[in-house]
Amino acid sequence: MAGRSVVRLVRQPAAVVPSVIFPLFLLAVNTGGLNTATQIPGFPTDSYITFALGFTFIQAAIFSTMNAGQALAQDIENGFFSRLVLTPMRPSALMAGQLAGLVMLGQMQALLYIAVGYATGAEFEAGLAGIVVLAVLVSIISVGFGGIGLIMALRTGSGEAVQGMFPLMFVLLFFSSMALPRDLIEQDWFRFLATINPVSYLIEAIRSLMITGWDPEALGLGFGIAIVLAVVTITIAAFSLRGRMLKK
Amino acid sequence: MSGYLSSAMGISWRYLHNLYTRPSMFIPSLLFPLFFLAAFAGGLSAVGDSPNFDYYDFTAFQFCFVLLQASALAGVFAGFSIAGDFEQGMGRRMMLATRHRSAIVLGYAIGAAARLGVTWVVITGVALLGGMQVSGGGLDLAGMYSLALLSNVAALLFSAGIALRFRSLQAGPLMQMPVFIILFLAPVYVPQALLTGWIEPVASVNPLTALLNAARSLMAGEPTGILAAYAVAFLMILLFGLWAISGLRRAEAAG
Repeated sequence: MAGRSVVRLVRQPAAVVPSVIFPLFLLAVNTGGLNTATQIPGFPTDSYITFALGFTFIQAAIFSTMNAGQALAQDIENGFFSRLVLTPMRPSALMAGQLAGLVMLGQMQALLYIAVGYATGAEFEAGLAGIVVLAVLVSIISVGFGGIGLIMALRTGSGEAVQGMFPLMFVLLFFSSMALPRDLIEQDWFRFLATINPVSYLIEAIRSLMITGWDPEALGLGFGIAIVLAVVTITIAAFSLRGRMLKK
Repeated sequence: MSGYLSSAMGISWRYLHNLYTRPSMFIPSLLFPLFFLAAFAGGLSAVGDSPNFDYYDFTAFQFCFVLLQASALAGVFAGFSIAGDFEQGMGRRMMLATRHRSAIVLGYAIGAAARLGVTWVVITGVALLGGMQVSGGGLDLAGMYSLALLSNVAALLFSAGIALRFRSLQAGPLMQMPVFIILFLAPVYVPQALLTGWIEPVASVNPLTALLNAARSLMAGEPTGILAAYAVAFLMILLFGLWAISGLRRAEAAG
């Protein structure tokens, strides 16, 4: 199943390329447009690309939610899932297989974004060890958001319903500390939303590796939220899978 | 002529009826600009304090972008409806029912413009409730909204050209993505003078930049570059009008 998931990703560039390219486009636009923000007193770095790069990893992970869900929904819609249910395959193997391609895509994206970051002058304060930590964090986040896609696919069995989550994901991204540090957000209501939005802490964990180096609080919060997200979504996805298998 | 107009009005009425009887169609298109207004005006207001950011109100600055964006996307959404109608066979029936088939495009354009009125009322109301300051006078604001209307017509004609060529909703990204990208390649977050890096030359040749700068100057009550903005808008309408008409010919040829 893992092999199939990876091969399917490789064979469907039209499904993968937008989730890789769109975050880079937004990074380029934000960096060009918001470089002035580095002159705001208290801004943590004088390089906006260093600040914005962290957001790119999360954006890519969130977009890949749709890839995971879409792939499974397609299997359900075309009957492949029903045939799998007849095999002695364990449900956990089925889910792990679905997520394998996603984790691989996450790693490839992380490498690409780090390369683009270096090429465009971004700093990586935590060095090589930080890149390893980043790769682990991105994998956990990919599994967490991939789990959301799986839940949607298993509950609805519809690719359209999975795609319908896109606006919600977009809201999670934009109402976070993606563009400015939380302490520099002037509007109280927005700062409140950014503070209760878990995506802010995921971005800030990655950002800390680039700007600060090793910030135990930011990393602890980032890893903690990512792990909780992964555990909760995969658990719910497992129950949803069991429910769908019983229906078949 | 009256037959031509009645065909166009019939198509626009049908479009609006379909739109407003299906909340799943019109609510997202209404929420999308509100979301951007909230995210940009709320989340980035500190950017308005950065040195040399010489615009009087950051919410008003972002409102002008959101107004143009909402107007252009309303045109694109009408393009989706054209594609959907042709995909389901309704387009062929419309072609049989109208003597001059450009009335089909005109009908959708009237519908898209009418739908825009609701969008404008909502986003303007929310922006004012959010504390947006308006410096421009009545004539300035009329100019700003007319620029938004022209961007709506241009986007509708562009999308119609694609919709009539592909006659399938699968062409949706081909309509939406170019408009979305060109909007974001204008000076979205800061005035054009503050752009740095690669986006600066790109924004300077982006036709949307002229419209956006003019709209912001009108909002501030200090109109600049208005003639150039109207010239760009009408040129886009002319070019995309030809594109839409040639798309119509393709659709006719396809039967």
